[in-house]
Amino acid sequence: MRQALVQTLSELAAVDGRIILLTADLGYSILEPFAKKFPDRFLNVGVAEQNMLGVATGLAEAGFIPFVYSIAPFASLRPYEFIRNGPILHHLPVRILGIGGGFDYEFSGPSHYSLEDIGVMRIQPGLRVIVPADHQQARSALRATWDQPGPTYYRFGKDDQSIVPGLTGQFELGKAQFVRDGKDIALVAMGSIALEAAKAAEDLQKQGVSVSLVIVASVNPPPGKDLAEHLSHFRQVVTVEEHYTVGGLGSLVAETTADHGLGCKVRRLGVAQPLDGTSGRRAVFNEKYGISAPAIVRACLEVLQ
Amino acid sequence: MTNPQVNPSMTGQAIRRIILEQSKRANVGHIGCCLSIADLISSLYGRILNIPAHDDPQRDRFILGKGQAALALYSALHLKGLISKEELNTFCGNESLLGVHPEHRQRGIDFSTGSLGQGLSMAAGAALAARLQGSSRRIFALLSDAECNEGSVWEAAMFSAHHKLSNLIAFIDLNGQQAFGYTKDVMDLSPLRARWEAFGWDAHDIDGHDGDAIVKAVKGLKGEKPHILVARTTFGKGVSFMENKIKWHYWPMSDEEYRRALAEIEIPS
Repeated sequence: MRQALVQTLSELAAVDGRIILLTADLGYSILEPFAKKFPDRFLNVGVAEQNMLGVATGLAEAGFIPFVYSIAPFASLRPYEFIRNGPILHHLPVRILGIGGGFDYEFSGPSHYSLEDIGVMRIQPGLRVIVPADHQQARSALRATWDQPGPTYYRFGKDDQSIVPGLTGQFELGKAQFVRDGKDIALVAMGSIALEAAKAAEDLQKQGVSVSLVIVASVNPPPGKDLAEHLSHFRQVVTVEEHYTVGGLGSLVAETTADHGLGCKVRRLGVAQPLDGTSGRRAVFNEKYGISAPAIVRACLEVLQ
Repeated sequence: MTNPQVNPSMTGQAIRRIILEQSKRANVGHIGCCLSIADLISSLYGRILNIPAHDDPQRDRFILGKGQAALALYSALHLKGLISKEELNTFCGNESLLGVHPEHRQRGIDFSTGSLGQGLSMAAGAALAARLQGSSRRIFALLSDAECNEGSVWEAAMFSAHHKLSNLIAFIDLNGQQAFGYTKDVMDLSPLRARWEAFGWDAHDIDGHDGDAIVKAVKGLKGEKPHILVARTTFGKGVSFMENKIKWHYWPMSDEEYRRALAEIEIPS
């Protein structure tokens, strides 16, 4: 989604001079088109994420819309307190771009994996949290939210090719996207892993299981009402996220069902154990932690038994 | 460019008196570190900062990195007419915007602080914004010496020097104390001016209790680098039994201590 991000941001920056892009020395070979087009509005602040968020706060106070770019854990966890006391407390339009959710940074290993960013971000009521499922949705989500008041955290996956079937780039703040109808079980997915959920739904259909697929990209504000209405028709709900099972999408869905007094069971798929220090292909890790398409199929069949 | 509208009631002693009155009324501490910056704050708000109106986008900005000394800032804003007596009397009261640390929703406060080491980054961003907007406004920050223990201060120091943010003027309140003891014992910062110089700043030592010297130093600043004025101060300045005593970082005053302290603060008529 990085190409979609840079392209969309360049289009927006061409019509709004308030947009300024800061990076903490990451995005080599990705951000150059923006930097070339807007040399006065691109700033590599060096490897200093805390300062980047502080500087962005100062810029936003003066009327700019700063976008700050780094790999997701460095954009979210390292400067977390600066985000909390800066753009959130001051209610300023700083855009935090966390690149690469889950295991996107493959062989870079655990320091680069992002499995708790959504959890720590969505507990802040004053922060929008947006997690597109594919590059088309990334584009429309950015277009729908870039000039909103107050701060936003975006988690953009690295995949710039795949498309979630049926999503067609739809996005609406505070709403979920219902991309597949079904009656036996509801799958709810967030981020790039939605592609695996979509594959799983297809496989299950072949096995005679009718699966509904819901995409949650607007994590905060959450799609409370329409999600609850949809889930009220199901006995079994399975959530899928490339994130720890605590604090992210699974928690959001569990909270929604509890808040609305729904009778469904919620099975949360995600990473539920500490990382073991190994690194490798995203597909291998998704299988290992039970969020690959085959693993999702297995989990769905299990809960339906 | 110094504010031509000098405010004669804005004196260090007037600020000290308010600090003592409000600390006693609210029964709170942080008195010593408020007293040490009284002369810096009175010079800034009385003679240096250009603030035609509190919401004028072109006004100079002030960021109190050492947010725990917000009472000194509230005192100056009161003397400037931005905080009424009634509002001031809510200091440390329930649901008041005047807490121990400054909150930007309060009229006259540009940025919220309280977590040490964050102010200078916001100041650097504000200075960069002024440059990008072609504005001559200046950004002032006041950090504590112990705040320089925070690594993020040095991230901001590198950034400001690299981008030659000469419209950024920072003060260090070099009072030599922090919560648990003297800075030389907890985390030795010396030579502080040389450290800032090594980070590419235009650094000066000044007497943080001499208003004329403070104003003169700011007037004399020139060059491309960001500026830092390492202001030697006395912790608890003006109240003899508080000066350089660790106790007065956190401790509130008894009735007797309050009476004695107040007696030492004379307001020149």
